[in-house]
Amino acid sequence: MNLKKTFLPLINPLSKDNPVIVQVLGICSALAVTAKMEPALVMTVSVIAVLALANVIISLMRNTIPQSIRIIVQLVVVAALVVVVDQVLKAWNYEVSKALSVFIGLIITNCIIMGRLEAFALNNRPWPAFLDGIGNGLGYGIILIIVSFFRELFGSGTLFGCQVFPDWWYEAGYQNNGLMILPPMALIVVACIIWVHRSINKDLQE
Amino acid sequence: MKGLKKKIDSIKPKFEKGGKLEKLHSVFDGFYTFLFTPNETSRSGVHIHDSNDSKRTMITVVIALLPCCLFGMWNIGLQHFMAIGDPSREFFRLFFYGFFAVLPQILTAYIVGLGIEFIVAQMRGHEIQEGFLVSGILIPMICPVDTPCWMLAIAVAFAVIFAKEVFGGTGYNFLNVALVTRAFLFFSYPSKMSGDNVFVQLGGQTAVDSYSGATPLGQLASSDAGWQVTNIVGDPLSYTDIFMGFYPGSWGETSCLCICIGAAILLLTGMANWRIMLSALLGGFFMALVAHNWASPLYPVSYINPFMQLGLGGFLFAIVFMATDPVTACRTNTGKYIYGALIGIIAILIRVYNTGYPEGAMLAVLLMNCFAPLIDYCVVNANIRRRMRRVTVKNS
Repeated sequence: MNLKKTFLPLINPLSKDNPVIVQVLGICSALAVTAKMEPALVMTVSVIAVLALANVIISLMRNTIPQSIRIIVQLVVVAALVVVVDQVLKAWNYEVSKALSVFIGLIITNCIIMGRLEAFALNNRPWPAFLDGIGNGLGYGIILIIVSFFRELFGSGTLFGCQVFPDWWYEAGYQNNGLMILPPMALIVVACIIWVHRSINKDLQE
Repeated sequence: MKGLKKKIDSIKPKFEKGGKLEKLHSVFDGFYTFLFTPNETSRSGVHIHDSNDSKRTMITVVIALLPCCLFGMWNIGLQHFMAIGDPSREFFRLFFYGFFAVLPQILTAYIVGLGIEFIVAQMRGHEIQEGFLVSGILIPMICPVDTPCWMLAIAVAFAVIFAKEVFGGTGYNFLNVALVTRAFLFFSYPSKMSGDNVFVQLGGQTAVDSYSGATPLGQLASSDAGWQVTNIVGDPLSYTDIFMGFYPGSWGETSCLCICIGAAILLLTGMANWRIMLSALLGGFFMALVAHNWASPLYPVSYINPFMQLGLGGFLFAIVFMATDPVTACRTNTGKYIYGALIGIIAILIRVYNTGYPEGAMLAVLLMNCFAPLIDYCVVNANIRRRMRRVTVKNS
């Protein structure tokens, strides 16, 4: 029981308290980076890293941060981490970094991060805050991966850049769905995920 | 007829609650009321029902669509035989060529659309609504003749589910279902929905030398054509040709004459609102006039004169059959004028000034569908404010 309670911050955001489909945060980047699976995966990892570290750092400083300037402090911490992630990505995989362009930099504006810092890290000790960061990052990532899976599969006919549908499909007249590549379809895919999720978790229905 | 009714009445209990075929009761209901007038009446209070129910409305719209539909089939045949250089102009040969070219699309649209409606109605325990009766024929009419059926099936399923059923079904959709289908196809499979190769069916045969499958608007958008539009074998199109519709395009939209007949049927039976049609026509004419007056070589479509601008492409079809859809249009009369005028203006605006889209009627109607509730809200509030002012003046 105690163990379960310890890991609640990690497990809850995966489904019941998912940042994207329940709290509806971070939608903007979920639309922007999910046309292909690879950037979505990199984005997921980056957000997990930034969120977990920021949560820990803010949690460590929570007793010394004056209430009136806490947003600025949080921003400084997140910005520093985002710059680090951006630089690492540029060094490690320049192609993907170019594909993600400004969106890595824009992690700083991701509502999930500020939301977790405000709601959780400021009032909790580092270890739960770390788990909470990982959990919310994963919850965000799961949705990103699911959305990008459908968008890449039907939009480009590939998964991680490898062709999925055989050539004879295309010869028989199959065509990739261009709308899947466009951002509006990401919203509709997210809506479908919410639809399925709510019909499973009846208590979330409003 | 009596025998049929007896037979159907005898199997009716099977479909009622607790019967063997309870699962199919909405299907049964749908066909039952399609064949016979329901004899259920209101039991309490005073009720006045208009005999013009949604079934009759839908059938009237389908009748209004028939001239365009039949002419379109003949025109498909005409374009086909012109393209392959066959001199035969025998009426039935042309007509049946077109008929069989579009039959699979009509069937696909109806089977997929009605299938989804039936399933949803059964799941929710609703009666089956007739809304798809019109959409099902409209959808193939606004798509190119060569649209593959599987694409159509996906698009219809998408439109019926996401534009209609999730909002509550027939009567609750805020977007026109047929246009959502077309928009889905247009953005998903652009190579099959626009360009020079989709509007004339060659059927695997080689075309004559002078052949070009570009629609008049497509020709105008590629700037080298000048303002003179030609038919598919390169002869210039006269005003009469444009009015009659002897040029390639989505099969329902080409003939102004047939659209006018359809509009007359809709207006005389009171199914469509004349305010929307009139204001859309005037709005489109105004914008075409503006574009024509300040024509610039950057936007080649702006050179053609306003009458031709209105006659070409899907503009008339859209304002007669799409914009007037009572579910998605504005409810208030003032709102209808604004709504219609903006559709006309935006359609021509997109057509002329966005060189990426040769035709803007679809996008204009969809955009205004989104704004229709807002327009209504403003009109209603303006009215309330006006009357409130009157009240305070009297009191003071």
